[in-house]
Amino acid sequence: MMKALLSVPLSSAENALPDDDSVLGLCVSRGISRRRFMEFCVGVTATLALPAAYAQTVAKALSEKRKPTLVWLEFQDCAGNTESMLRTSHPTVEDLVLEAFSWEYHETIMAAYGKAAGSALERVVREEKGKYIVVVEGAIPTADDGVYCTIGGRTALDIAHEVCGGAAEIIAVGACAWDGGLVRSGPNPTGAMGLQGAVSGLRVVNLPGCPHNSANLAAVLVHYLTFGVMPSLDGLNRPLFAYGDLIHDQCERRAHYDAGRFVEQWDDEGARKGWCLYKMGCKGPEANFNCPTVQWNGGTSWPVKAGHGCIGCASPRFWDTKSPFYERLPHAAGFGVDVKASEIGWVAIGGVAAATAVHGIVSIVRDRKQADAPDSAIEKVREQ
Amino acid sequence: MARIVIDPVTRIEGHLRIEAEVTGNRVTDAWSSGTMFRGIELVLRGRDPREAWIWAQRICGVCTTVHALASVRAVEDALGVAIPENARIVRDIIGGTQNVQDHIIHFYHLHALDWVDVMSALKADPAKTSQLAESISEWPKSSAMYFKGVQDRVKTLVASRQMSLFGGGDWGHPAYKLPPEANLMAVAHYIEALDVQREFIRIQAVLGGKNPHPQTYLVGGMATTMDGGEADATINPERITLLNQIVANAQTFVRQVYLPDVMAIASFYPEWFGYGAGVGNYMTYGDYAGERTNNGGGFSFPRGIVMGRDLTRVLPLDPGNVTESVTRSWYEYAGVGQGSSQSAKHPAEGVTNPKYSGPKPPYEFLTTEEKYSWIKSPRYDGKVMEVGPLARTLVAYASGDAHVKQLVDSTLQQLKQPASALFSTLGRVAGRALEAEIVVSRLSDWVAQLDQNMANGDVRLHNGDKWNPESWPKSAQGFGFHEAPRGSLGHWVEIEDRKIVNYQVVAPSTWNAGPRDEQGQRGPYEAALVETPVIDPERPLEVMRTVHSFDPCLACAVHVVGAKGRVYGQTPVTV
Repeated sequence: MMKALLSVPLSSAENALPDDDSVLGLCVSRGISRRRFMEFCVGVTATLALPAAYAQTVAKALSEKRKPTLVWLEFQDCAGNTESMLRTSHPTVEDLVLEAFSWEYHETIMAAYGKAAGSALERVVREEKGKYIVVVEGAIPTADDGVYCTIGGRTALDIAHEVCGGAAEIIAVGACAWDGGLVRSGPNPTGAMGLQGAVSGLRVVNLPGCPHNSANLAAVLVHYLTFGVMPSLDGLNRPLFAYGDLIHDQCERRAHYDAGRFVEQWDDEGARKGWCLYKMGCKGPEANFNCPTVQWNGGTSWPVKAGHGCIGCASPRFWDTKSPFYERLPHAAGFGVDVKASEIGWVAIGGVAAATAVHGIVSIVRDRKQADAPDSAIEKVREQ
Repeated sequence: MARIVIDPVTRIEGHLRIEAEVTGNRVTDAWSSGTMFRGIELVLRGRDPREAWIWAQRICGVCTTVHALASVRAVEDALGVAIPENARIVRDIIGGTQNVQDHIIHFYHLHALDWVDVMSALKADPAKTSQLAESISEWPKSSAMYFKGVQDRVKTLVASRQMSLFGGGDWGHPAYKLPPEANLMAVAHYIEALDVQREFIRIQAVLGGKNPHPQTYLVGGMATTMDGGEADATINPERITLLNQIVANAQTFVRQVYLPDVMAIASFYPEWFGYGAGVGNYMTYGDYAGERTNNGGGFSFPRGIVMGRDLTRVLPLDPGNVTESVTRSWYEYAGVGQGSSQSAKHPAEGVTNPKYSGPKPPYEFLTTEEKYSWIKSPRYDGKVMEVGPLARTLVAYASGDAHVKQLVDSTLQQLKQPASALFSTLGRVAGRALEAEIVVSRLSDWVAQLDQNMANGDVRLHNGDKWNPESWPKSAQGFGFHEAPRGSLGHWVEIEDRKIVNYQVVAPSTWNAGPRDEQGQRGPYEAALVETPVIDPERPLEVMRTVHSFDPCLACAVHVVGAKGRVYGQTPVTV
């Protein structure tokens, strides 16, 4: 079934756009040209792997009178997730922040500052209770009454409680907002925690990674926009379409691993031929993420393709569990374990859109499945 | 007299708070405070020095990669590793790309809205906007129909009452001076620059797998591989073609859009060449295409200091003279015996502990007469220094660099301004744009060099002599630096028994955003804000202009370092 879907050239989706002049007309009246409108709908349906006819659903979602409100909070962060968001290509950042959502608070890029910025956030919390989306970036310090991060004189903890408490949906982007990330590792002088650790009782969609990959954020947002709900999640509340499979099983260098062709030292002949980086410390055999299929920066590349091993940045407490990064994994997955040949085939034929498409459709039809990292691994780290 | 507070200062990286006294529509005093602390260097203790760069890179995701570069250089300095020429070139390409990328994003997405009134663009005549655009540039996206389309998008946003990111701006503020047509042109370029930054940074993905946080450095060189005949090598003829294409597109944008826009906007705000000068001391470590990273010579951007706005001479710089003060920062130097006084210390000796003593949140004002920031105060030889693109440009200019001199002089001539106009808020904006032009043109040279080396069969990218920790001395100390987009970045590392025992960072925004020191000298932001005009203290747009002109990056700025209870007796850094 999925193969049949993929055999439809993406461009044909354009033909399936609704003839409904009122929808298109409304978009045009909103300053969206017909061409931009079509590009957007086609891009969105491709990202989510929807049949071409879904362009109509997307179009309807777009033509709703009010755009959903989104606020983006930054706490103990490096803004790497904000920067990642700025690199999204399907849909583009301008589609997201100007047309698809009303992006009303985001310190790194918003026009308002100081009091006006604070008022914008207050207005959303007060007037749109239960209706807005919150994206959280960065860890939250909990030690010493939260003095290690204040905004407008208020602590991050205080702001997170209030703003997340009234949200319809919450998305934690990056490792720090998920489980405290680097800020929480080591001696953790500020008592930093991820959002779910710092504020209890929240229902959060986690998009870990250092940073998160904006292709995945865009897919989640568009899924929400189109269907009004978040995609299926794993046991750690990560979307299955992005975190359901091992890097190792999707890796373009997997055949070299299976054939025993390894890079033995940096810059050797094997390195130049693109052989497997397992012996150089690659964590791909025990890390889940869709880097090999969606890749980064509009499908340009990903770390293993560029010659460096995976550091497992979307895995739980990865700074503490995956470092030392240059040490060979003690237990690599066996040959052929859980290989999805079909996926590798699609990657080979297809390009990023097709690959994302596979994962996207899977996320919609598949039930929740076991997460990659057993909780015991996390507990072990906590004990240290 | 009014006390104004700007918190959050938006359109920057991180958490910055500015408090200022305004008397008679002028800023009479100002305080700069970093309000977030993480303690990343503490986390580095006990780690393998070969992976320090992976951790240190996360200090910042906006100036991503710059800390990775300074970190590998510090460890290579400590271990005495020389890197192959190709590795040096690849690092220069990655660093140079970061520089141009950051400058474009800064101008359009972080700073432009201080000068550009988005609402005024609605009143523009698209045909006249087209004439304006075509009079200053050959950039093809300049038709009346194109600008009409952009204007319609803005109109739709306004009509929907969901202004998104443009909500709550100071639209209509009397300090905005651009005619509607210039505003519309700038809004169009704001949107175009979103595409440009996304496409341009693909260079880092090609060479480093991804951006932000490219993953390709190694102590001893790069994980990037190069082979003219291998489809799976990171760099091969096909990728060289791609790199050349991306660089060429960026160069066209810088020349046909970024530079003309800066000139056009500056011409409507000539008085801003007179505000925001600040301390007037400019420092740079120098960088790019050095024969050896740490010898301080042979750089494209020369090392040195311009003191007291004196462009007639460049003073030599010795990184051993850098100290940090915590007199007004929420730290205390640990009481660890001799040399543990609260006075300023060299970064390699800085043993600091966080100790918050500010008001209990939620608070209205900081206690600015005491400690008031998580940022420390770096000083050079006890003097306050401004770092950044303007500092680099001034040092190169005063050093007699022909290319820089020609560019700066022709720019000043076009703006009808004297060289002293560079010491200002708009001087920083202009210096940054000129630097983007310089670096983007060098990028194509560097890609060509790489191509040439590959053609000659020189494909080395890593020196593995010191990869095995067993080859290391029992203890080692090193200094690594980089001229990051926002200025001089230094990393200091101390290694013992193959582990990191001390790590210290002094970042560009630490220099620029730091608070007062034990002598009461204001930091660069604070000094630059004094005398800034403020028409409306409720909407202090002018304060934002000067603060933004530095391109603040607070995640970088805030640091604590050092192992509790350790004494670092000797001066460890020899450069």
